[in-house]
Amino acid sequence: MVKEIERAGFPVVLMCNLLPVAQTVGVNRMVPTISIPYPLGDPGTSKEEQHKLRRARVEAALDGLATDIKKQTIFKTEI
Amino acid sequence: MKNVVCYINQFFAGIGGEDKADFEPEVRDGVAGPTAAINQGLKAQDAQVCKTIVCGDNFMSTHRDEAVQRILEALEGTEFDLFMAGPAFQAGRYGVACGEIGKAVAAKFKVPVITSMHPENPGVEMFKKEMYIMVGSHSAGSMKQDVDAMVKLAGKLLSGEELQGPEAEGYYQRGIRHQVWLKEPVQAADRAVDMLIAKATGKPYVSELIIPKKDLVPIAPAIKDLKHARIALMNTGGIVPVDNPDKIQSASATRWGRYDISGMDRLEGGVFKTIHAGFDPAAANADPNVIMPVDVMKEFLKEGKYGSLHPYFYTTVGTGTTQGEAKRMAKEIIPYLEEDHVDGVIMVST
Repeated sequence: MVKEIERAGFPVVLMCNLLPVAQTVGVNRMVPTISIPYPLGDPGTSKEEQHKLRRARVEAALDGLATDIKKQTIFKTEI
Repeated sequence: MKNVVCYINQFFAGIGGEDKADFEPEVRDGVAGPTAAINQGLKAQDAQVCKTIVCGDNFMSTHRDEAVQRILEALEGTEFDLFMAGPAFQAGRYGVACGEIGKAVAAKFKVPVITSMHPENPGVEMFKKEMYIMVGSHSAGSMKQDVDAMVKLAGKLLSGEELQGPEAEGYYQRGIRHQVWLKEPVQAADRAVDMLIAKATGKPYVSELIIPKKDLVPIAPAIKDLKHARIALMNTGGIVPVDNPDKIQSASATRWGRYDISGMDRLEGGVFKTIHAGFDPAAANADPNVIMPVDVMKEFLKEGKYGSLHPYFYTTVGTGTTQGEAKRMAKEIIPYLEEDHVDGVIMVST
């Protein structure tokens, strides 16, 4: 889906856990998530920690949309 | 008697489904689940399954290095001639897990590796160069067929029989070039000219060196001014209103939906939930924002990090969904994004 959206001209960031799969299928902008069942907040941590992590990862995705890249890129996150 | 080590996930070992997908790697003596059938088939080759490794799919994908390391250490001192993983059918995480462990075992123990995956399993593209991946079936209903194919190739590899190439043996082309002696020799120059004539006159011909194509999409230009950009949210994690109004399927989805978030600050549990059948839904049902982060997107909006949020988020389910269906659904969604002058998209996949 991401590739079709990008083919239509939209910059798109894929937030996912299986980065090697995303790279192999040819996704250009990626931000790692922490797991499959809960990509953006581990229920084993406090609500505050989950929220902090989610903010950091989504912020990386927003910044990624505004970042010029020349090749497939995994954007770094603070946490 | 030759020895074979097998790898299966927690589901096929009978430990449990998604709630047990964090199961840590374990090496068992003998067989477990489908490796009993592999063992049965290997008897004719004077071989046996000496050990079966079991590991949860989520444990392997989330703690790959640790999982691989622990399995390799556990296998030290085990004498074996062949490694078999799966069959993984169209299960993406399982296929990738079979590939990861197969690649590591091949590198350390220098034994051939056989697995089996459906053509749409992402593990095929990632690992077909590293090992024999049999062209497998869609689901475990065809377990016997896929196991039989793996065992057949195992027999040939264990007995040292010469393989007849990927098409004849039923595995994905590995991109390895072999020297072949033609039964009726035709020298290369003649073959090339024959091919050229066939091509020029529109007749069928088969290249002797097929270059695989990778479907890359040109990189879309970055958003220049994030502070005025309009962003849309999407997910393949199956986040829907609790009554699932669009009846999106829990696996192998062909449907998608879009849901209005303009009047809310976050997705509340009990109002939204996940219908994805590929993972334990407890966390996302309690707090759907862990998959579709509407809460922090609204915060960033208020803080002026970006310009505006497209009023809908888009949902489908990624597990078992074919690339063809995914492509079609994306094409159906795109006009809504264009109509609303969306500048960029964040997709969360599970």
